[in-house]
Amino acid sequence: MTAPVIILGSGLAAYNVAREFRKLDKTSALTIVSRDHAGFYSKPMLSNAFSANKSAEQLLMKSAEKMAEELNATILGHTKVVSIHVHNQEVMLGDDTILPYRDLVLAVGADPIRLPMGGDGASDVLSVNDLDDFAHFNRRLASAKSVAILGAGLIGCEFANDLLARDIAPIVIDPSAWPLSRLLPQAAGDFMADKLSDAGVQFHWGVTAQAVDAEGAGFVVKLSDQTELAVDLVLSAVGLRSRTELAAAAGLQVNRGVVVDRYLQTSQPHIYAVGDCAEVAGLTLPFVLPIMQQARALAATLMGERTVVKYPAMPVMVKTPACPAVVAPPAMGSVGEWHLETSETGIVAKFMSNSGSMAGFALLGSATSQRQALTPDLPVVLA
Amino acid sequence: MKQWQCVVCGFIYDEVAGLPNEGIAPGTTWADIPEDWACPDCGVAKADFDMVQI
Repeated sequence: MTAPVIILGSGLAAYNVAREFRKLDKTSALTIVSRDHAGFYSKPMLSNAFSANKSAEQLLMKSAEKMAEELNATILGHTKVVSIHVHNQEVMLGDDTILPYRDLVLAVGADPIRLPMGGDGASDVLSVNDLDDFAHFNRRLASAKSVAILGAGLIGCEFANDLLARDIAPIVIDPSAWPLSRLLPQAAGDFMADKLSDAGVQFHWGVTAQAVDAEGAGFVVKLSDQTELAVDLVLSAVGLRSRTELAAAAGLQVNRGVVVDRYLQTSQPHIYAVGDCAEVAGLTLPFVLPIMQQARALAATLMGERTVVKYPAMPVMVKTPACPAVVAPPAMGSVGEWHLETSETGIVAKFMSNSGSMAGFALLGSATSQRQALTPDLPVVLA
Repeated sequence: MKQWQCVVCGFIYDEVAGLPNEGIAPGTTWADIPEDWACPDCGVAKADFDMVQI
């Protein structure tokens, strides 16, 4: 009997590879191994759950049992993989069970980055990176009136906006001078900051949190400018770091992520990587659209038709209802400048390259309605 | 009027509300959404939506 295709992980990348694979191959054995409950949910919904009035239970779209049935797959939840034995084509589980694989797909995701800080409350700083984290965060919010959020990036801003739906005051701390500073020019960031402020989000710009101390039932956050903020809870949202440890221990090439070629193959045959843990052509893109492109290409390859992954232009929706935004940042190292068209209700920001073509955009407020019209003018990310 | 949910990202299309920003008028039934329409959040095809009761 042929060994199964084994997918490690049960997030969006893992389940979409499984789903796309099953569209092409109804019979080959498929096993999914996850360290958590392995239920299916959409991670982007975690930072909009309160606005959508959804509990952790309601965010779970399908249980592991239901997924196993739909995908005709064996799903091993709450199961840790401790090592990959590349030459024998097998993985070893936490209980020393050995599972042989025909092909192995690493879809193990990324860990939230935690910035070092002092104080006796530093270990109580939360981050929300999966459904279990969200459930924990939600329980801790039960009596909270204020939450300090470290980081004014996409996730930090989405959580800040979402907490308003629960009448909780979000206080966002970031070392830059405006939100989404790596995606937006300052004038657009200032517009977004104004809209979020009007809705009730507080910001502290140009500072970092140096210490978090427990104080009563809450915390005091000490900022680099000596300001002290008393809050009920602290949430860190400063970015993600690919999980590469398992791959590195197996001798696979890793860099920022698990390094894969355009076929999504790692430095070893029969081992692939997708999603937040994978680095494709130097890019680790923790968004849904690239994951879908990867899932389709890898499913075809696994079925026997080697297929390179291509990335079209992939604008990212920022779910901040106080100032909705769509961003398609220019590629790293692009030379050019931002051109802004500003109105009362929105901003169209286009990054124009020196050759005169649009290399990226940011659409804010009412200008988000131009997403469909402008996306075809963007360059593809990976041809 | 019904609601349909993207099986990939959880986006919900509500027939009552439509998607005016995407050029789909309120009251547009699922059957009347063009076949080449894609989920505005994650870009997957109309076929990757399920009907949901909410």
